[in-house]
Amino acid sequence: MDLTGKTALVTGASRGIGRATALTLASAGASVVVNYNSNENAAEEVKKQIENHGSSALVVRADVADYSQCEHLVKSAIDHFKRIDILVNNAGITRDNLLARMKEEEWQAVIDTNLNGVYNCCRAVLRPLLKQKSGGRIINVASVAGIHGNSGQANYSAAKGGVIAFSRSLAKELGSRNITVNAVAPGFIETEMTGVLSDEMKEQVLSRIALGRLGKPEEVADVILFLASSADYVTGQVIAVDGSLSM
Amino acid sequence: MSVETRVKDIIAAQLEVAVDKLSKETTFEDIDADSLDIVELVMALEEEFDLEISDQEIENINSVGDVIKYIESKI
Repeated sequence: MDLTGKTALVTGASRGIGRATALTLASAGASVVVNYNSNENAAEEVKKQIENHGSSALVVRADVADYSQCEHLVKSAIDHFKRIDILVNNAGITRDNLLARMKEEEWQAVIDTNLNGVYNCCRAVLRPLLKQKSGGRIINVASVAGIHGNSGQANYSAAKGGVIAFSRSLAKELGSRNITVNAVAPGFIETEMTGVLSDEMKEQVLSRIALGRLGKPEEVADVILFLASSADYVTGQVIAVDGSLSM
Repeated sequence: MSVETRVKDIIAAQLEVAVDKLSKETTFEDIDADSLDIVELVMALEEEFDLEISDQEIENINSVGDVIKYIESKI
């Protein structure tokens, strides 16, 4: 799985699955655009690690919920690396609440970042991608919640389910240009996002995972690497990376 | 270079057809352009002539001649 000469843009790459993805794609030889929104130090740290492994990295701040910032993000990537081959839409947030208590801001914030953010970045990257005429890979990070739903996550599940349907549609639109679009659906992965869950909740989840443990960000990143490199004939798919949780 | 030549060059490059196969009467159907081809062509025209073409305007463009007429009316 060699990505030498390719450029990958990873949103939300300062921590969690995005960080692991940026590092994994870089170790396969890709130049990586490390996007972050709030944690600049963590993003710079990812850049440093990538450079230590001999690949190039560029850190760009952008809130994916804002289209003009996504345009700027893509433009920065092209200006610096002259091309773009892989887009990983990973940036995501949670505002968990039972629907009866869910405020409109909690609903809207999650839709804006997790669903509209995917539209914004795909839309911004499409023109350069089509212009290059050399195909491309788009990988969207969805969630098992987007397939099966999750109590307390109506907003998050709706956004992630939307990302899955969006990915399938875009796969059909862009197939003729050799641009593949796939989604990964992580289950419970050891990140800050799941770190806030109670022990009781974790126990309950573990009992439904055949592999008997939470996943690691690197294990999601490996599947993303596969979709970004050797999976030439795979498009419009959703790959669960969840230790069996979604079965 | 005339608008006609510039437009024909762009269409030829975008849709991978020989320039001498293009006349004003050539329709996009004649050269097997699908909807995404048209979008790519529009993007290239927007860049070349520094203008923005609306979806509505795209609908009325069916032939090489239509493109030339449209561009000439805009610049």
